[in-house]
Amino acid sequence: MQKYSIFNLVKNAFSGHQNWDLAWKDPTPKKEYDVVIIGGGGHGLATAYYLAKEHGITNVAIIEKGWIGGGNVGRNTTIIRSNYMHDDNALFSEFGMDLWRKMSQDLNYNVMFSPRGIINLAHSDAQMNVYARRGNSMRLNGIDAVLLNREQVKENIPMADFSENVRFPIFGGLMQPSAGTARHDAVAWGYARQADSMGVDIIQNCEVTGFDVIGGKINGVRTSRGDIKVKKIGLCVAGSTNILAEKLNMTLPIETHLLQACVSEPVKPILDRVVTFGAGHFYISQSDKGEMVMGGDLDGYNSYAQRGNLPTLQHVLTEGIAMMPFLSKLKMLRTWGGIMDMSMDGSPIIDKTHIEGLYLNCGWCYGGFKATPASGWTFAHTIAQDRVHKLNAGYSLNRFSTGHLLDEKGLGTKTWIS
Amino acid sequence: MRSQNEFSYGGDATVKRPELDKEISDQDWDNFVYNRKSLRGKHWELWQHLSGCRQWIKVERDTATHEIFNTLKANEEIS
Repeated sequence: MQKYSIFNLVKNAFSGHQNWDLAWKDPTPKKEYDVVIIGGGGHGLATAYYLAKEHGITNVAIIEKGWIGGGNVGRNTTIIRSNYMHDDNALFSEFGMDLWRKMSQDLNYNVMFSPRGIINLAHSDAQMNVYARRGNSMRLNGIDAVLLNREQVKENIPMADFSENVRFPIFGGLMQPSAGTARHDAVAWGYARQADSMGVDIIQNCEVTGFDVIGGKINGVRTSRGDIKVKKIGLCVAGSTNILAEKLNMTLPIETHLLQACVSEPVKPILDRVVTFGAGHFYISQSDKGEMVMGGDLDGYNSYAQRGNLPTLQHVLTEGIAMMPFLSKLKMLRTWGGIMDMSMDGSPIIDKTHIEGLYLNCGWCYGGFKATPASGWTFAHTIAQDRVHKLNAGYSLNRFSTGHLLDEKGLGTKTWIS
Repeated sequence: MRSQNEFSYGGDATVKRPELDKEISDQDWDNFVYNRKSLRGKHWELWQHLSGCRQWIKVERDTATHEIFNTLKANEEIS
């Protein structure tokens, strides 16, 4: 594989950048693989990469219905954080933070990781207490957390509304300084390029139409480009999980919902943190191009539409304007939607299933992007070793039956229904 | 036609609570509390006209196109 470096950049400049190698090939599916990963998004590509890198399993195909990186890894708001209270979520995410910090070097691809810090705003004394508790839990797990008072928040984000007579005054906030953002498409492309170079077949425009299950074991997968014999299949299809589960006669604790995001017209640098509103569901950061990147609540009903409706967008942006009034002056550049695999306790599932050779990676709710490296790493381990790693042991499928829910918000079932 | 803003979503309308006077397995409870088909296409679901007459209704809606095919009162059975 051609290394991306300043020397190669200069060398290729002499031939007008016409002779760069392709970043990944476009192979025809073989008849048989050791492992097939369904879903060429961030998690699927990362899984294939770590299967090859950490476990030496390279006879692997990634099967993607559309094109790689065309789903949620290309539609998210690029936030990376590990500000969780529960041990399972905290340790998993913090393991991922380490992978994020090394990712650009590891993949020889600039993913533009920008640890600019995230601030969750608090709007009451009670909320400050909750954040103090969460911050302490984070620090016990080795994650950086700083409780900010009102004045300290103001130093960080002076453009927020600090006037006295607002409905949700800013009392303070919880900050994770090491959190940040990354260039989401580069994450998908970087993993794809490295996986391809180690022998993984990336097969695009190839839809899964069915599975061959014989005697409770995976024996193959049927696709729009032919049948493939395989003993191990990893499902990484996010919002399409329910559709593939039905082909396997499985009913999962997952509902498919729509989440919207939007960007404003680009403006000069004003916000160098990720900020979330504490009295609703709204988050914001500024992209390198200057656009304000914003998102918030689900549309609120089961949806596969991949585009949203206006009432939710209006609701979310009302929160945004309450938090940062200057946003009302901006024009909206673009809005879009993606379909989320919403699990019933708000935490993901990375586990084996009752079908031998079928591995499940789903339930990422709105938090899939930041989990990309840790999800790929632990899922690769689960597939290669046929057992879960201690980092994803809490993300079991049967936790719903046994009552070991990972309910980060402490709200019970369907934590995401507003 | 009423605005979408007036309605609040109540989830899959085909899910039935297990009858309490019968033997109920853990799987039955799992299916009631957690497990959902949530497929692309026609979907029977509950909605409440929250900012209006406050009635609960059943709606058959396409989850990809949002087209509405059928509506019933909450106590009417889906045929």
